[in-house]
Order: sequence, then C-alpha cells, then structure tokens
Amino acid sequence: MLRLTIAFLLFAVSVYSQDTIRTDLLKEVEIIHKRSLSDKTDKPLATLDKYLEKSNMVNMVRKGAYAWEPYLNGMASERSVVTIDGMRIYAACTDKMDPVTSYVDITNLAKVNVHSGQSGVGASIAGSIDLVRKKGAFGERKLSGMAFTGYETNSAQKVVGGALSFSKPRLFTDIDFTYRHAGNYKAGGGEEVLYSQYTKYNVSANVGYKVNEHSQVEASVIYDRAVNVGYPALTMDVGLARGVIASLAYIRHGWETKVYYNTIRHVMDDTKRPVVAIRMDMPGWSKTAGFYSSLKGSAGRHMWKGNVSGHYNKSLAEMTMYSNTAGEKDMFMLTWPGVLTYYGDVFGEDNYAITDRWRTTVSAGLGVQNNVVDDVQGLESLRIFYPEMERSKVRVLKRLSAAVNYAGDRWQYTVGVGYGERPPGVSEGYGYYLFNSFDRYDYIGNPEMKNEQSVSMNGAVGYRVGRFSGKVSGSYFHLMDYIIGRPRAGLSVMTIGAVGVKVYEQLGYADVINLGVEEDWQIGEYVTWTNRMSYRRGSGKGVKNLPLIQPFTYSSGVGFLRKSFSADVVVNGAVKQARYNEEFGEEGVAGYAVMNVSAGYKFVWGRNGLMLKAGVENVMDRRYRTFADWNKVPRMGRNVFMNLVWSF
Amino acid sequence: MNLLKSVLVLITFSVFVSCSKKEDVVVSNELDGLTLVTTLTNDTHKIGLYTASGKFQTGYNEVYVQIKNAQGTVESNASVKWTPLMHMMGMEHSCPASTVSYKTNGIYKGYIVFQMAGSEEEYWDLTVNYTIGNTAYTVTDTIAVSAAAKRVVETFLGSDNNRYVLALVNPAKPAVAVNDISAVLYKMESMTSFVVADDYTIKIDPRMTGMGNHTSPNNVNLTQGTDGLYYGKLSLTMTGYWKINLQLQNASQTILKGEAVTDTNEGSSIYFELEF
Repeated sequence: MLRLTIAFLLFAVSVYSQDTIRTDLLKEVEIIHKRSLSDKTDKPLATLDKYLEKSNMVNMVRKGAYAWEPYLNGMASERSVVTIDGMRIYAACTDKMDPVTSYVDITNLAKVNVHSGQSGVGASIAGSIDLVRKKGAFGERKLSGMAFTGYETNSAQKVVGGALSFSKPRLFTDIDFTYRHAGNYKAGGGEEVLYSQYTKYNVSANVGYKVNEHSQVEASVIYDRAVNVGYPALTMDVGLARGVIASLAYIRHGWETKVYYNTIRHVMDDTKRPVVAIRMDMPGWSKTAGFYSSLKGSAGRHMWKGNVSGHYNKSLAEMTMYSNTAGEKDMFMLTWPGVLTYYGDVFGEDNYAITDRWRTTVSAGLGVQNNVVDDVQGLESLRIFYPEMERSKVRVLKRLSAAVNYAGDRWQYTVGVGYGERPPGVSEGYGYYLFNSFDRYDYIGNPEMKNEQSVSMNGAVGYRVGRFSGKVSGSYFHLMDYIIGRPRAGLSVMTIGAVGVKVYEQLGYADVINLGVEEDWQIGEYVTWTNRMSYRRGSGKGVKNLPLIQPFTYSSGVGFLRKSFSADVVVNGAVKQARYNEEFGEEGVAGYAVMNVSAGYKFVWGRNGLMLKAGVENVMDRRYRTFADWNKVPRMGRNVFMNLVWSF
Repeated sequence: MNLLKSVLVLITFSVFVSCSKKEDVVVSNELDGLTLVTTLTNDTHKIGLYTASGKFQTGYNEVYVQIKNAQGTVESNASVKWTPLMHMMGMEHSCPASTVSYKTNGIYKGYIVFQMAGSEEEYWDLTVNYTIGNTAYTVTDTIAVSAAAKRVVETFLGSDNNRYVLALVNPAKPAVAVNDISAVLYKMESMTSFVVADDYTIKIDPRMTGMGNHTSPNNVNLTQGTDGLYYGKLSLTMTGYWKINLQLQNASQTILKGEAVTDTNEGSSIYFELEF
C-alpha cells in the first residue's frame, strides 16, 4: 500500500527540484496522483488523512473517522504550520476537531509538501505541511474530465465525485466535486463504533489567465462542508464544519504574489447523544485574510528565494450550556475570546553550490505577531485568572537554519541545524475552560507565556544502487519553554465530569527525537518490496514521556505491477507503546499488525480510461488501536473497498 | 444673503435647543434611571420615594427621597430620618436602615435592608420624620415590599448568640469578570435597633450548582471599608445561576455562621444568589 502512495524520497520531485535545486532529503512529498490511469495508489479515493498517515514524518491523531490532527515530527499541530497553497488557515474548533487538513479533499490536491524544520511560511518548530492544489495548465484547447465512485463495506462509505478541466492557450479552468458519506464503522471483531459517521461535500474551482508571455493571474476557491460528523472519542459531535477558502494570485516568472481570504465556521453538536451531563452549543468562527509575495532567482552559484507574508486572523468560540434546572438562565462563556492575530513575516534563503555535488543552504526569517483580545467579556474572563493581563501582546519570532547537502550518484547526505520560535496557539494562549476528553481536564490558556524555542539538528543518508534504494533520516529537537498543560491544584473544574483543571505552562525543556528508515527493492521485473520503519521519543523536564509519541512502527509491502494489472500486500504494525504519559490519560497500547491487500486493473478505449481498484483492509479483522487513537477508540476492522475512476 | 440668514437662524436654534436640552438633563439627572415607588402624603408635603427598580424588595434597597410642598416646590433644606417597621401578627420589628443624607437638587438618599417581604396580614410601613427650618413634620404609610427573585439578604443567629442581617449590595449588574462585591452587615441589638457590625470577615465561595458545584478562582473575602460597608472581589467565570456561599467570621477568626463547601457539603446555610 505505502509503496506507491508515497513518492520515495530519493525520487521525489520537490519544490526545490522544480526550482532546479536538488532534492532536499529532509522534505517528504506526498504525490497525490490524479485519479487517472497513471494512478498507482492502491486506493485512490482514500481520505487525505489516510494519505498523510503514510508519511514517515507525520502521525495523524484520530478522534474518529474524520478530521485527524496531523502531528509533524511527533509534535502537535500548534508546532507546525499547515497551509493550503501557501495560505494560512486557522481552525475554528477549540477541541481540534477541524484541523486545516479537514477543509480540503484529496480531489483538490496534487501533492503535499512535508517540510521538516524552518521554512518560508512562518514561525514554527516542527516544520510545515503545504497542501498543494492541483490546477490546470495553459495549452491546446481541450476538455477533459473524470468521474469516480467508491464504496467501502465496513462503514458503508460512499464516495461520488467528478472533475472537469478545460484549457486554452491563455486560459485554464478546473472544477471538481466530491461527496463522501459514511455510517458508523465497525472495529475488528465487529463492534460498532457509535458516532463515527460523517458526510462531506467539497467543491473546488480554479481559473488561470495568461495576461501576456510573462505573467498570469489565477483565482481559486474551495468550498468544503462537513455535516453530521461523529467523534466517538469525544463527548460531542459536529453539526457543521464549513470552510470557504479563496485566493487570487499574480505570477510573473519566479515572482508570485497572492492575496487570500478564508472563513471557517464550526458548530459542535450533542443532540445525537442520548445522555449528556448538560446540553450545550459550542460554535466557533475563524476568519483569516492574508497575502504573500515570493521571489526566486539565481546568480552564479547562488540560488535564492525571498518571501514576504502577512495575515490577519480572528478566532472566536462560544459555549452556551443549558441548565438542567428548569427556569435557570443559560450559562454562557467565550472559550476563545475573539483573539485577533496580526502576523507579518520576512524570510530569505540562499542555496550555494560549493561544488557540483556539495551545496549549502542558509535561511533566516523574522516574524512579528500581535495578539489582541477583541471581546471585552473574553478579556474580563481571562483576567479572572490573569488580573494583570494586557489586551495586546507583541511577539518577535526568529528562525534560522543551515544545512549542507551532498548529492552523489549513489550516496546522498544532508546534515542541518535550525533554530525556531513559535508563539502559543490560540487555545494555549487564550483558551478558556477547554475540555480535553483524553485526560478529562479543563484547560486554561496562558497569555503570559514566552515564545517556545527550538534548536534542532537533522540529518539523512540516502543510498541508491541498481534495484535498491534506501534512506535513513533522523531529527532531534531540543525545545525550550515547551508549552504543555499541567494540572493546577486549587482550580475548580467547569465541565461536569472533568477531573481537574490544567493551565498551560512552560517546561524548562523538552526533547523530541525522530528516526526513520525506508528502503525499496525491485525484485525481478514486476515486484517491488518496500519497508518503512519509524520511531520517536519525547521527554521533557519533569515529564518522562511526552504524550502522543509514536512507538516503533513499521510497514512492509510487496507490490506487483504488470501492464494494466497491479496488486499489493502490505503489513502495518507497531510494537507496544510502553512509553506513555499517564498525566495525559494515556495507557500502554499493545503491539499490533494488520494486513491489507489490494488489486487494480485499468481498461483503456480511445481517450477513455476506466480504472478499477479493490481491496481488503485489515484482512484478519484485528481489533486494535494505536498510540494516536484518542480515548482508546479502536480502529476500523475488516473493510472491503472498491474504487472506480472513469476518465476522458 | 438668504442662505447666511437661514444658517444663522439654524445655528441659533440649535444652540438654543442644545442648551435647553442640557438644562433638562441637569434637572432630571438626580432621578435619572430611578422609578417612583410610592408617594407618602401628609397635609403639607408629598414625599416621593424612588428606587432603581421602582419597588421595594427584600434585601438592600438604595432609596432616593424627594420632598415637595403643596406648591410643588422641592424642599432642599430638610433634615430627614426614616423608620421602617414590620407589623407581624404577634410582634413588630424594624430593619437595618442608613441615615438619610442630602445629595443634590432636592434629592435625599439612603438605604433600607428589608429582611422579609410584606403581605396582607404582615406589612411594612415607613415613617419619615423631617424638619424644615424649625418645623418638624412626620408622615407614615404602609409600603409594599416584595420578595426579591433571588436570595440577597440573610438574617441569622450567630454562634455568639447575636442576630445578624447580611445583605448584598453589589454587583447590581454581575459580569463574567472579577466583580466588585459589597455587602452590609448589621447586628440586631433589639427589635428596633440595628447597628453596623464592625471588623468581621465575610467569606465567599461562589458556586454553580448547575455545573457540578463549579467555583471560580481569585475571589477575595469581604472586609470592612472605611464607610462601614464590606468589600471584596467576586469572580464569575460564566453567566448563569451562581450561589454565593457565605461564612461570617469575627475578628478572632471564629466562624459565627455558615459552613465551608466541601466534597461532602454542597453549600453553606447562608448564601446569596445571582443570576445573569
């Protein structure tokens, strides 16, 4: 399975290589094939979450069947920047039920750039994930399109969609539509996981116009709407998660300037739950407007790029609880007090060729962030905890990195160091009684925290000879003033059933280590054997194990590809998780191994192609869970799927 | 020319209007936001009693008094005293009441703390004694005292065998914030004599009974200010119904009334209620 979904790094086409700089070993690129005949994935209509999960650098923390939270390099989403075509988006849910990745569909995307460490998109610790949209190209007058459908037995998931693209020498347009609808899934052994259903609609469109030989303008919009999304790991579901994401770009050779706007609305819903301690509404809103302008160029042995960007966000979330005592007034609070973020950033990078094979890359960036608590009630609420709290807070965020690369015929090496800072996220800084259903604590933000800082080292070695290629990569992050919620004695829980209150604090330090090994063997003409292993370790001052850190995880797959026929057998597994964080509510997780099989065939007639892919996931119907399963919700049991893609 | 004229007229007019408007404001300012509760009438005067709510309720009532003579002129040189009295079936008693002081523009101000509501059989009356020049006047009439929607006054016997009246003054408009809380504490010396009780501490423990007895941080117990009232800080983490559990502690740190809220004790026997 993973063999083909992931473009193996050494062959990967990265942004750099497109810019004719050689492949960066510390970047992973998930190629999301067009759902066309060239598709080599075992399950072209898998969700984006499932694609991302296959990356060695990313873990997906899962609260149900939908909207998994990407953990890059073993670190929570506050420590990385997730963008869609370089656009900043802030999730609108206080409980992380709508990571940025949930507002796109796989159909919208061409690839995902996963970058470890510092980059141009802004202040981060772990790195960045850019979801790159697929878009048309100028060319001969041509109309092409596709239609696809899929079905999965386990959750009765139906996927239906289509895409049309039209191109002319000076114009291209694309539009695509996807509908997904799934019922509750069943864990291995057959137990139904209640509240794991979801429905998602996604429409996206692009248009590009070539103004003249040198420049073009592009406009794009994504409308994503998820309704009736169950979260079995949480006490509430989601009635509506809606994102509208729009942009307008001007591109002139290596210079690209984009303005964008997105608005997210997220409404939690407990009406499907028969028993709750108290009924409540928890809507959230997030609006972001921003721009970036990036320029690339070269001079002699130097290749450089510069980026200026800025954005504005307003995050607001409310909670209204309806008293169980008749006649009592509703209880209302602002869980995100209308937090305004103004962020400006400059970034520069220079790549210098020492020799043909040796290059160095140096980059530096500086961000300035201003947070303002917009809502008076919200400010007064937080002042209950922080009487001296200022309404506005300015932070300066610095980042630096340097790397040396060697690219030989057989060997590739890279070693790099980096320094980065990040501000507290909206919840970490300004959250107000946010209930975490994992550790069952209410969380209170802390606006007075310092920036979190990180010194990181990373390195990778790649080797390729004949029918073998492999890569070993590792990274080490030493975080200072590590932000984490810690129990605070003396505070009274707000959520009925919570065990305590945690307040975000800063550990003196924390360390995160990531190791990954990948190898790929070509056996004979038709068979490929792929292995991947990864391991992470996280600990901090006074905290033996950071929460949600992946134990040793592996996968091994054999793929067969001959002409129009392909087949895969893959085993995914992990050893038991013995290093867990009890304070966060974690328990040990048993080791597991599950097997997936799939096969595909494509038919071609004229300009038409029909691709049929079918397979069985978790063949043995194992009941299992991983370290990333929030509140111990088991994963899906045996699932038979079929994907059908017709293209013309 | 014509234009200039009309502009001039307009300006003059607007100045005039705004001036007269201002005067109006000044005149009515003292009673702004207040509503007449009742008028006590004798042969010589009409005595208007005003409160913010337009009624007398159990608990702390800030009362504004306006005395008008037969000509309708406001008397601003009176010295005023008042005595509320409860007529019960078998007894009579008074309640804590402040002195009445002159504010401005013929308005007098003070407060009365009613411990109980009146009814058909058991009713309150208010006697107002006032002196203008050297002439003393008096007026007495029944007043309607209704029960406040929430508990805002406690009358209790302390473990020191003294009877106390404790009434919430502020917050009149509670907010999700750290609110200034104030209260008056009186010791009952006799059925008709109440004196401000000095040097106590009123411990507060705000709770949301509808939310698993959630409480808020950073509350400050009430201690006495120079004006005799008790002041503290009250944190309210959300809107809704709050029960402010109380304990009365004397200067030697003895709890005279009320119990601490614990896992096994949901609330104190004395408390205030707020809902917003």
